Amino acid sequence: MRSGQWVRWIWPAVPIVAALLVTSILLFLFGAAPFEAFQAMYEGAFGDQSKTLSVIAFWIPLLLSSTGLLITFRAGLWNIGIEGQIVMGSIAASWVALSLEAPSAVLITLEILAAMVGGALWAALAAVLKTRGGVHEIFGGLALNSIAIIFTNYLISGPWQPPEGGTFRGTAPFQAGALLPLYANSRFSPLSLVLAVIAFVLVVIALRGTFWGLKLKAIGKNLRSAFLLGVSSEREMILAMMVCGALAGLGGGVRVLSWFDSLRQSISGGIGFLALLVVMLANYNMFLVPLIAFFFSAVLNGSITLQLRTQLHSSLGGILTELMVLFVLLFGDAVKLGISREKDEDGQ
Amino acid sequence: MDNSALVLTLSSILLASTPLIIAVCGEILTERSGIVNLSLDGTMLMAAMTGFVIAFESNNVWIGFLAAALVGSFFAFIVAFGSIRLRQSQFAIGFVLTLLGDDLSAFLGQNYTRIPGPVVKHYAIPILKDIPIIGPIFFDQDPLVYFAFILVGVTSFWLFRTQPGLRLRSAGERPEAGFARGVNINLQRYLYTVIGGALVGIAGASYSLNIKIGWAEGSTRGFGWIALAIVIFGGWSPVRGMLGALLFGATKALATYLQRTYPEVSVVAFNAIPWVLMILVLLLVGSDFTERMILIAPKSIQRPLQRILRIAPPAALGSSFIED
Repeated sequence: MRSGQWVRWIWPAVPIVAALLVTSILLFLFGAAPFEAFQAMYEGAFGDQSKTLSVIAFWIPLLLSSTGLLITFRAGLWNIGIEGQIVMGSIAASWVALSLEAPSAVLITLEILAAMVGGALWAALAAVLKTRGGVHEIFGGLALNSIAIIFTNYLISGPWQPPEGGTFRGTAPFQAGALLPLYANSRFSPLSLVLAVIAFVLVVIALRGTFWGLKLKAIGKNLRSAFLLGVSSEREMILAMMVCGALAGLGGGVRVLSWFDSLRQSISGGIGFLALLVVMLANYNMFLVPLIAFFFSAVLNGSITLQLRTQLHSSLGGILTELMVLFVLLFGDAVKLGISREKDEDGQ
Repeated sequence: MDNSALVLTLSSILLASTPLIIAVCGEILTERSGIVNLSLDGTMLMAAMTGFVIAFESNNVWIGFLAAALVGSFFAFIVAFGSIRLRQSQFAIGFVLTLLGDDLSAFLGQNYTRIPGPVVKHYAIPILKDIPIIGPIFFDQDPLVYFAFILVGVTSFWLFRTQPGLRLRSAGERPEAGFARGVNINLQRYLYTVIGGALVGIAGASYSLNIKIGWAEGSTRGFGWIALAIVIFGGWSPVRGMLGALLFGATKALATYLQRTYPEVSVVAFNAIPWVLMILVLLLVGSDFTERMILIAPKSIQRPLQRILRIAPPAALGSSFIED
């Protein structure tokens, strides 16, 4: 069994290396030197202080969304609608920022609450469509994503267009008091980091240490037995979706109030889908979620610099992360592949 | 709207629905065998890009279609292999492939965006095209339209009227029973996932080579998801799926028409119509409310209503089958 042990330790690195290899081949085919390209990505992410702060600022809404998804995945729900929940959160926060006048502290509190409510309600809609309407959350969520994005476009080209005329790019910048205080001229707001860390800790405690977490697990593992055991699956599912939506909405709020200063056309920037990848890659290991989210944020921010330097499309960063997730999904489990047998004997 | 304008609108709806019809037929074959290929949106983007690039380089659209079909089968094969051999979640693999197809197509196709290339040539069917009204709508079209309609007929016949179709359905409905009768369940699933993927690939390429000619990043984004929703709405039947695709095409045409008629309403509002429709039709076939409404209806029409409105997926859809 010694060699089996060894394989199992080294195995998790194999999919990662494979993903890097495939990405290198792609770079090579397009005439870029892979090593220099990865170096450009690294410098784009951590080259100087402002770049590192950007990575952190992008990481926060991603962490919030991934944290929310930990809950819905635990309940066996595929919350693809998270993208729309982020968007609705940012719309709700923008609504407060554009329509109220108040001292900064009050305004920011209200914006954050509004963002969470906005995301939670949009998630509740997807949940009710599932439990009452028989619409699978994947399709309900996708349709709601598109509707939320279309709603944003409607707002920024219609009722909320800047005074100089609609440009389809975004609303006018919010009043200074409505924006989150930023650290040293960057897009990073320390307050949002505090909120994200609190959210993550609370969710971990809720999932690992409370009866509610256990109920969600029961629903996720076997819906019918959970029901027979007296778990109200409908209530818990809606609740799980709403908590996830609230966190995603908060992420959306952070996007408009610190990353941008106004409501923009592509406000989410694909963070919701990225968060789904993060949680899939973490595969039930909650403590990996912040690390993976940070890594993804670095890769995506770095690929922008890659594009500037090599003129190659910045989607390369996405390709790298997606290949990693794909290879981990396919080949990450050495036991299932039959390469390491250890578990089979005490397992099934 | 006079006669010729109506004919023109209807024939354009038909053409615009063609890729959806092809993709829906492919996915129905896959799902009837018990596998969900969720990667349609990414697969279609990859296929649209590949089809265009290969057709551009070879100056032959049919080689483009062939390449697109290969890409489609390859993506589908990953889903099948991952779920059957490696026993991983089909949904997870399909979802990652969706995103990967999107980004990969943007990267690989970056030097081919917004350039003119070869297109499928219009082909009117002699004699039939001269039938008044019907002729210009159905028989004065591009070859893909004929292909789509033949495909619907063939798929439907194959599924419900042939022995191989029965074996295919047994894999999706009652794999144990099929296995007991000597059907190699997992072989069926591999086979029809790959065939379905090839059709999805052809559907993707029909956008870039016929309908939204050329390649641009994200050009077919969204259509894959709509095709997946139509499969549900169509109750996993090719004919109903075709009707769903046509309904969707008609809605798009309606949105364009309304936009022109009511320019004061924001343009973007009309873009929401297909998505609202998607939720509504899925509600119609899925909710308990429909069930209750059917029970209120007169006894004599309850059964037909039930047949039209209540649909169930193949019983073993998405589950894995382990022979022992």
